[in-house]
Amino acid sequence: MKPDMTVNLAGIPLRNPVMTASGTFGYGEEFAEYVDMESIGAFVTKGLSLKPRAGNPTPRIVETPGGMLNAIGLQNVGIDAFIAKKVPYLRSVNTPAIANFFGSTVDEYAEMARRLDEIPEVAGLEVNISCPNVKQGGIVFGTDPACAALVVSACRAATKKPLIVKLSPNVTDVVVMAKACEDAGADALSLINTLTGMAIDLNRRRPVLANITGGFSGPAIKPIALRMVWQVARSVRLPLIGIGGIMNATDALEFMLAGATAVQVGTASFINPGAAQKIAEDMEAWLIANNIADIKSLIGALET
Amino acid sequence: MQFTAMILSNVEVSPGYWRMRMTAPPECAAARSGQFVMVRVNGAIDPLLRRPFGIFDVGTHIPAQSGAVPQPYLEMLYRVVGKGTAMLSTLHGSDLIDVLGPLGRGFDLGVPGEEKLIVGGGVGLAPLYLLAKELVRESKVRLFAGGRTRDDILCITEFERLGVECYTATEDGSLGECGLVTEALLRRLDTLQGGATIYACGPHGMLNAVARIAAERQIPCQVSLEGYMACGVGACLGCVAPGHSHTPETPDFRCVCTEGPVFEAGELKWRE
Repeated sequence: MKPDMTVNLAGIPLRNPVMTASGTFGYGEEFAEYVDMESIGAFVTKGLSLKPRAGNPTPRIVETPGGMLNAIGLQNVGIDAFIAKKVPYLRSVNTPAIANFFGSTVDEYAEMARRLDEIPEVAGLEVNISCPNVKQGGIVFGTDPACAALVVSACRAATKKPLIVKLSPNVTDVVVMAKACEDAGADALSLINTLTGMAIDLNRRRPVLANITGGFSGPAIKPIALRMVWQVARSVRLPLIGIGGIMNATDALEFMLAGATAVQVGTASFINPGAAQKIAEDMEAWLIANNIADIKSLIGALET
Repeated sequence: MQFTAMILSNVEVSPGYWRMRMTAPPECAAARSGQFVMVRVNGAIDPLLRRPFGIFDVGTHIPAQSGAVPQPYLEMLYRVVGKGTAMLSTLHGSDLIDVLGPLGRGFDLGVPGEEKLIVGGGVGLAPLYLLAKELVRESKVRLFAGGRTRDDILCITEFERLGVECYTATEDGSLGECGLVTEALLRRLDTLQGGATIYACGPHGMLNAVARIAAERQIPCQVSLEGYMACGVGACLGCVAPGHSHTPETPDFRCVCTEGPVFEAGELKWRE
């Protein structure tokens, strides 16, 4: 018998818990050739801002053992071009699209939430308070609980759609941040964003990335992400989206045991554009093989 | 398209430079010159990302024995620069690799009959062989191959076999003339009668010089860029290059993987 793979993410019904992570899946359309969009739970757009953003100089990417560093700098088309050029594709796909967005001031965050709230094709909002690669904005909001609460409250007031807050791991205590976001009105939390890291070219005596530091992602960060999801799951009531180095169904199911209602596949989509679909299929196969009727029974089912 | 390829041969053609032939689906035979593939060296997480390689050649091997099925193949020419390419160079015939491609925008073949000038630096020759193969059908083709030393001048015999007139230049004078390949290009341009198109692939400094020469002489010029990329499909935005009107205030970044890797030189921003 086919297991029940559906989960409910803060009011957004997902056919399965597998989502794609912001910044690793374009605006969806880029992957249409490789992924059956209706085989995954939801996809998340590249982070959007009011105005288009150029992003950082190159090199923007470097590989390190078991992971990669990126310092793209939130290059994106801006909200107007998103509505004109990217939303028509979202309309054609019967899978929830989550719009990831950011601002450089609290007002900008709120304005973005208002603009996205008006787009029927957007099923939910994911607010990025945690990009490590831009000098203003993001990082301050993502590392100070009072600032995070200001952003989340302002966005909350600007949208009735489900509001997901994406948390940074670059903090002393992720639980403090999670609670601040919960109290400020978030509907769900996604974690973790990338860890700040750097790579050095010994012979040139220079940093590899033009931005010097970048966000570290990939399988190397999974243990940290699992630990943070587990910690936050024990401390807040909100549904969680587990992110961090998920390469296969085993990784995804581990995040669910740790307390995640859904997961996001990120770096893996760079390596195999069809990764999210494969992971969703393999998760279902694992449930069948283990005689589990409902994937929801795994959420937070870690035995300690 | 994503496919599993079986390596047919993997040979060091010059110190540090390798040529690999692999099986490919029939659709790959339609690859345009200038397109590339993303290769996963193995299934492990180190190296994690795929590596981009220009397509050196595509074709179909007709087995000598009767009744055997023709085998489409794809070739790439690569330089060992790091861990990923070093591992690639240790693979043997019948080993399997995971390939994504052909990807990106290839070369435009220009006006038939007009002279075609191809400029390649080192491993930048990789995507230019298939281009030369396509161009020689209708045009006179000249190749200007440059490198630091003779070891960087690759596969010249193959180009000559196509009927391409080859000029070589090395910085240490160990093969061809001593100096930069752009000097040989300039001399040819001085005697050129009629229209021509320049095609170039190689180090950024060389491309910059070729683009400037082409702009000064108002000759159409296409360049193939390299970029650090994670995905090859336009998602990671790692490989962008600034377009001609790019400023920090009015961003005009082009994705090397999907909008390139081949660009009209005039589309891009070059150093003055």
